[in-house]
Amino acid sequence: MDFGAINPVVLFASLMVASTPILLAAIGELVVEKSGVLNLGVEGMMITGAICGFAIAVETGSPTLGFIAAMAGGAALSLVFGFLTQVLMSNQVATGLALTLFGLGFSALIGQGYVGTKPPATDRLNLGVLSDIPILGRMLFSHDLIVYLSLALVATVWAFLRFTRAGLILRAVGENHDAAHALGYKVVRIRLAAIAFGGACAGLGGAYLSLVRVPQWTEGMTSGAGWIALAIVVFASWRAGRVLLGAYLFGGVAVLQLNLQAAGLAVPVELLSASPYLVTILVLVIMSADRGRAALNAPASLGRVFHAST
Amino acid sequence: MNRRTLLASAALALGLAGTALAQDKTKVGFVFVGPIGDGGWTYEHNQGRLAVEEHFGDAVETVYQESVPEGADAERVLTQMALSGADLIFTTSFGYMDPTINVAQKFPNVKFEHATGYKRADNVGTYSARFYEGRAVQGLIAGHMTESNIIGYIASYPIPEVIRGINSAYIHARKVNPDVQFKVIWAYTWFDPAKEADAATALIEQGADVILQHTDSTAPQAAAEKAGNVYTFGQASDMAEYAPKPRISSIIDNWTPYYIDRVQAVIDGAWTSDDTWDGIGAGMVKIGEITDAVPAEVKAEAEALIEAIGSGAYHPFTGPLNKQDGSVWLAEGETADDGTLLGMNFYVEGLTGEIPQ
Amino acid sequence: MIRLEKRPQPSRAWTVAAPLLAVALTMVAGGLMFALLGKNPVDAIRTIFWDPLFNQQFASYSRPQLLVKAGPLILIAIGLSLGFRAGIWNIGAEGQYIMGALAGAGVALALYPLDTWILFPLMVLAGALGGWAWAMIPALLKTRFRTNEILVSLLLVYVAQQVLASMSLGLMRNPEGGGFPGSRNLQQYPAAANPELFEGTGMHWGVVAAFIAVIAAYVLLNRHMLGFQIRLTGQSPRAARFAGVDTNALVLFCLGTSGALAGLAGLFEVSGPAGQVNIDFNVGYGFTAIIVAFLGRLHPVGILLAGLLMALTYIGGELAQFMLGIPAAAIQAFQGMLLFFLLGVDVLSNYNIRLGRREIA
Repeated sequence: MDFGAINPVVLFASLMVASTPILLAAIGELVVEKSGVLNLGVEGMMITGAICGFAIAVETGSPTLGFIAAMAGGAALSLVFGFLTQVLMSNQVATGLALTLFGLGFSALIGQGYVGTKPPATDRLNLGVLSDIPILGRMLFSHDLIVYLSLALVATVWAFLRFTRAGLILRAVGENHDAAHALGYKVVRIRLAAIAFGGACAGLGGAYLSLVRVPQWTEGMTSGAGWIALAIVVFASWRAGRVLLGAYLFGGVAVLQLNLQAAGLAVPVELLSASPYLVTILVLVIMSADRGRAALNAPASLGRVFHAST
Repeated sequence: MNRRTLLASAALALGLAGTALAQDKTKVGFVFVGPIGDGGWTYEHNQGRLAVEEHFGDAVETVYQESVPEGADAERVLTQMALSGADLIFTTSFGYMDPTINVAQKFPNVKFEHATGYKRADNVGTYSARFYEGRAVQGLIAGHMTESNIIGYIASYPIPEVIRGINSAYIHARKVNPDVQFKVIWAYTWFDPAKEADAATALIEQGADVILQHTDSTAPQAAAEKAGNVYTFGQASDMAEYAPKPRISSIIDNWTPYYIDRVQAVIDGAWTSDDTWDGIGAGMVKIGEITDAVPAEVKAEAEALIEAIGSGAYHPFTGPLNKQDGSVWLAEGETADDGTLLGMNFYVEGLTGEIPQ
Repeated sequence: MIRLEKRPQPSRAWTVAAPLLAVALTMVAGGLMFALLGKNPVDAIRTIFWDPLFNQQFASYSRPQLLVKAGPLILIAIGLSLGFRAGIWNIGAEGQYIMGALAGAGVALALYPLDTWILFPLMVLAGALGGWAWAMIPALLKTRFRTNEILVSLLLVYVAQQVLASMSLGLMRNPEGGGFPGSRNLQQYPAAANPELFEGTGMHWGVVAAFIAVIAAYVLLNRHMLGFQIRLTGQSPRAARFAGVDTNALVLFCLGTSGALAGLAGLFEVSGPAGQVNIDFNVGYGFTAIIVAFLGRLHPVGILLAGLLMALTYIGGELAQFMLGIPAAAIQAFQGMLLFFLLGVDVLSNYNIRLGRREIA
């Protein structure tokens, strides 16, 4: 065994990259759920974003355009969900699952021509002096733009929900849509906006996978990342800061277990492979044992159908 | 001739006409475990299918089905394919073994070819490729190219096929570089590009400067490219988009010659059940171009090895070789028999770590 | 201006007509997609919906296969629907399905080559227990620590998959399998096998169990106090508490039942159609069953029909793939569309559509 080979600084740098796709998808889903909508189609939106981003980046040669296209693609697909659940008032759980099924098939269909293609490279951001700081430079200031964007997004969502009037309205809609409606807020419109935002974030997360983290296009390449993002929102008990914590924790354990294997730790591989899930459950239990606080944060109208009956 | 025999002979004639019509076009079915777009295992099998179409033109019709789960679904897909009039069906994943045998029993006139399995019948043949021959070449190049003497290996599941590859690569890396050390990560998945990327990154961070992989995505290539001075090899497909560096060579699954050969045999009525395990010699395992990133003398040495293996002059598992625990496996000059190789579940001496059980 | 007005009672006519309308709409939209892919849309639609049932070449084989495919979906969906009605969300049936299969197959493999009639009943018991026990983890965590059961049950799917991989490579690996992963084939172990009960019907014990589950769920929901409690809890948890419903007991019951049924489905599959424990044994029945449960409006009879419809699209989709060369991805997208339409048109049974201005009350 050779633990000396594991460098914590480098480990942290890689966990930031490994966590970014789920972080992006999770922060988007957080906003969706705060508005009272449960969209289980994150996986479908992520993979759609992954192919839209990949295709546009390859065609135009610009990763930036790719990321924009990914957001557009994810948002467009999410609006299918939005239309069904908000306008036609279908069941959100089932519609979300159907969205995942559709997204997986649809993305594979678009992606047929892109197998084995190499996307244009996304540059690391040059942060000048910052990148040269020993330890911290390598750890925090040597990433690409999307990593920082994801962090900025977490901060923005946190501030938005906490301090802005719009954020308050969003939460009100999620807490009690009938009351919000009675106060004259356009419940359906607000929720559609939240859903589209969630779709765009998931799409961006997917594109980060296909353009930066992997980078290539293959069918089904998200392989479950969307589900993890969903889990992290609940794990975070609907708080932006904890979404960051949850995503980095999950990404961290996933990266750590691979490092432990490479270092030759004599623990069954199966156990190591299952460890990210087990650790997440464990933390979840500890947090929810703190009675009631998690429940308080859950939007009261989550998953309920809204119909303006007046 | 009475009425009854008349009818019977008419039926016979009709039946014959039916077969003659069916024989106009030989129908060949392919059952794939992944999507064609996986860029690896299934992709290469499908390349073989396309080559069959190209080669035979109108004489052959191919049908295929992607992403067929192993088990009950495979049995149904196979049955439906046989019912649709397929003459020959290739089942391209180990897990299709029992379903193939079951369906073959019900359709004695349809020929089946099962990849990587060991159960055969009168109408079921098996085929597989000696990928370990390619691994030997990789090992040799890797042993020369590593500066840190640490070679990373991304393995999928601990099954004989994968273990054989690790052993073969290690033996030949050690031969040219006695200080070489292998770090193996078991990904416990055939397909999860993100996890492969993380695994490659973890290996690179721990000092590996050559990465071998037994998983199909190009994620490790990209991780190596990002890291800079790290070399990789294409797996299953050529992955030439990462040449000349980090990808310095590749092992390509080349099913085309075999598929064309077997389809021809069916057309000629000469097909018999067989057990094919071909390697570099028969062209089933192809070594992709060794790029200029590899020094000329290393390249020459690798090409000599390819030549020796291809001609049958050299077997990658030639003694003296010990097992990991130090016990003797092959004596001086002895070569491994296929039975041991097929069921290989041990590391050779020098490899560290344990095979997960 | 189009408005929706909630109907006091769901329209009976639309409850029947809406799914048919959805299928028709899917045929149009899906046909358009197939046409864009350069395939004949009429052929494609006919192959998916008609051929598995009535094609001379295939139907005698495909029709029974509908039962084989629908059996586990229905069995799992029935279990899930009980919890869903009560607002208890078990998303991890896939994991319970795996654990049931492992427990059941484990009994058979441990006793190999014991040849006695009692073996199969023992396996059934073990299968149910395996799924039940796996579902008890989220259930107990919920009742003890109020941990969210959606999340725990979902995460446990991934853990179960690792256990499955480990079992098929280690403990349950076939000692005569030449080192390859995967257990002995239970189909070839008569005392442990779950074969077709009548040749050519597709009926195996799992399908029988699915039918029994449909009837039992119907009786439970309509005739039994527990069924009333489940419905009440789903509609109004507060009212249920006032009515003296023991919420914790209900959580244990619903998760336990759905887990046990998923475990049973896994056991019947591993000993029957699939035959062996292997790394890729699970093919997503646990997740698809969630959709089936909702398509069936959480009603036992609805679930039965929804399960059969899903099975039809799977089998028809397979035929369409190799008969017409339609990519698997297009079939998946087509299934997604069908679900969208089925879920979308439900609005017609619950709401009236009114054109024109809102009347002033």
